[in-house]
Amino acid sequence: MKIAVCVKQVPDATVHKRIDPATKRLDRSGEATLNPTDLNAVEEALRIKEAQGGEVVLVSLGPAKATDSLRKALAMGADRAVLVSDDAAAGSDLLGTCRVLAAALEREAADLVLFGQASSDGDGAVLWAAVADRLRQPMISQVASLTVDAGSITGKRQTEHGYDVISAPLPAVIGVSDAINEPRYPSLKGIMGAKSKPQESLSLADLGVEPGAAGEAGSETTVLELGSPPSRGDQIKIEDDGSAAQKILDLVLERRLL
Amino acid sequence: MRVLVFLEHHEGQLEKGGLGVLAKAATFGNAAGVVLGPGASDLAARAGAFGAVKAYACDDDALAVPLPQPRVDALAALVEKTGADAVLFAASVLAADVAAGLAARLDAGLNWDLTDLALVDGELIGKRPALGDTVLVDVGWKGSPRIGLVRSGAFDPVETGGSAEVESFDFAAENFSALATLIEQTQEESSGPSIEDAEIIVAGGRGLGSPEAFSLLEELAAALGGAVAATRAVVDAGWYPYSTQVGQTGKNVSPKLYIACGISGAIQHKVGMQGSGTIIAINKDPNAPIFDFCDISVVGDLHQIVPKLTELVRSNRA
Ligand SMILES: Cc1cc2nc3c(=O)[nH]c(=O)nc-3n(C[C@H](O)[C@H](O)[C@H](O)COP(=O)(O)OP(=O)(O)OC[C@H]3O[C@@H](n4cnc5c(N)ncnc54)[C@H](O)[C@@H]3O)c2cc1C
Ligand SMILES: Nc1ncnc2c1ncn2[C@@H]1O[C@H](COP(=O)(O)O)[C@@H](O)[C@H]1O
Repeated sequence: MKIAVCVKQVPDATVHKRIDPATKRLDRSGEATLNPTDLNAVEEALRIKEAQGGEVVLVSLGPAKATDSLRKALAMGADRAVLVSDDAAAGSDLLGTCRVLAAALEREAADLVLFGQASSDGDGAVLWAAVADRLRQPMISQVASLTVDAGSITGKRQTEHGYDVISAPLPAVIGVSDAINEPRYPSLKGIMGAKSKPQESLSLADLGVEPGAAGEAGSETTVLELGSPPSRGDQIKIEDDGSAAQKILDLVLERRLL
Repeated sequence: MRVLVFLEHHEGQLEKGGLGVLAKAATFGNAAGVVLGPGASDLAARAGAFGAVKAYACDDDALAVPLPQPRVDALAALVEKTGADAVLFAASVLAADVAAGLAARLDAGLNWDLTDLALVDGELIGKRPALGDTVLVDVGWKGSPRIGLVRSGAFDPVETGGSAEVESFDFAAENFSALATLIEQTQEESSGPSIEDAEIIVAGGRGLGSPEAFSLLEELAAALGGAVAATRAVVDAGWYPYSTQVGQTGKNVSPKLYIACGISGAIQHKVGMQGSGTIIAINKDPNAPIFDFCDISVVGDLHQIVPKLTELVRSNRA
């Protein structure tokens, strides 16, 4: 079974994320990391591979330095990585991104494509549905538990009214929930071995994607103006030194919340 | 601006979220509702009372179960038939997938998480809080149709009492759209201990570390006279009942006090509790997003702080 996992490099949680007012794009210059919920998708792929054999391929669209983040998933156990990196793809919205990823995934022809729950910078939680439509494959999103048997896949997921169990034949596209598993930590051996695993870098031309189909030119949405959301007012900050509980109680009593 | 609004329904009722978006779209002039699935025509007629001048209905059996891909086929056909300028959705598990699939199908732009919409010089502009709600972005669309996914609870339905002309339509399903099948659907009991009426809520997330640790929150809630709530991550993991989930897919709560313990503060959780009077967050990670929108931020280990707080509350009340 060949499993492709779509993963993205995002700004590290410690970085104050900002949109560059000049380009109206996310400032990606700071410390970066692999999108946290994508680790759940990588973990799920590894478990399927461990049970059934096969290959786990990472597929990503991002700047050249995203290779650093991909290495973490290779250290967890993924076999190889494909990074699509091209100046003409920078600033892609959902549409541009789904065109590029669909092209890269078509080239891999995986049996199963996994996505993480949401990217921490875009927070759309929508990309799988767009990619599945391009690939003309069945799709199940928000999957909190997954079973794979010969030729088909079954996922359980939460909705506003309860739980759905949905089944689809392979090849299929799955978006996982962050509740699906607990991602493993890379072992020392994994970390050492990651450096020598194949990491391929592709341009749009390599994939046969027209430059106008991605990046700003290939995007159908625009960012017009940046502003500040209304603030909730002053915040009280407490660092626990053993007295936090008392401080919380004092504040609760002072505000007559009890 | 000819706007189509996707109206989701459940157990014979149109959902509030879609009707809220319809109320907003009606202020732009020409809003039509779209209802899909068996029984669609009757439901579509009801959209008139909420601001739709027209309602499109398709009761094809391919739309009997709430799966997204056949809905993409149906909406793509309807957009072609009507030449709609915009298709708007209220966020839900189903709607997000339909909206994104439709964007890919029609090479159209999708803006999500919209908290407001306006028509400025005839052009549709959306407001979108981004990057964990730290910036507010005005977003637009380059072409047609403009596809928008509206954040839960952004707009309330408005009863206008009008009536809508209902028009049925058909579509041809793509082969791949019917490949995913619903094999089981469980309706979860949404009653149980009521978190919606509680004045004080103690909520727990994955930071609790284990289902057993919820007893810490139950003790604190009992001492405070409040109720216990949970995030989707722990509900999905089976640590706590579905009926206590707060957020986009769960309940909307606005107690006077919300104490979030071991919760990161994802937007999908935030939308269900941001109306709370005072929000106290206890989290060991000083970079947790919840610290961006709480009133009292407590950086520390909940396993240390919560039991102490329970003791202090008990002795204060004794
Ligand atoms: C379509 C969709 C719908 C969704 N609907 C909902 C919804 O209705 N409700 C909802 O809640 N989520 C929903 N989610 C999921 C949401 O995005 C988050 O994944 C989820 O809220 C995270 O739950 P959490 O905060 O418990 O877990 P995590 O994000 O894992 O956060 C756990 C937190 O605990 C902290 N922590 C760990 N140990 C300790 C300790 N000892 N003491 C103190 N703090 C500690 C960590 O620092 C971390 O910040 C939805 C997602 C999608 C895509
Ligand atoms: N640039 C990208 N390259 C590869 N995968 C991506 C990219 N952006 C998003 N994804 C995947 O799509 C999921 C949902 O992203 P989003 O819709 O942006 O929230 C992520 O968890 C990733 O699995």
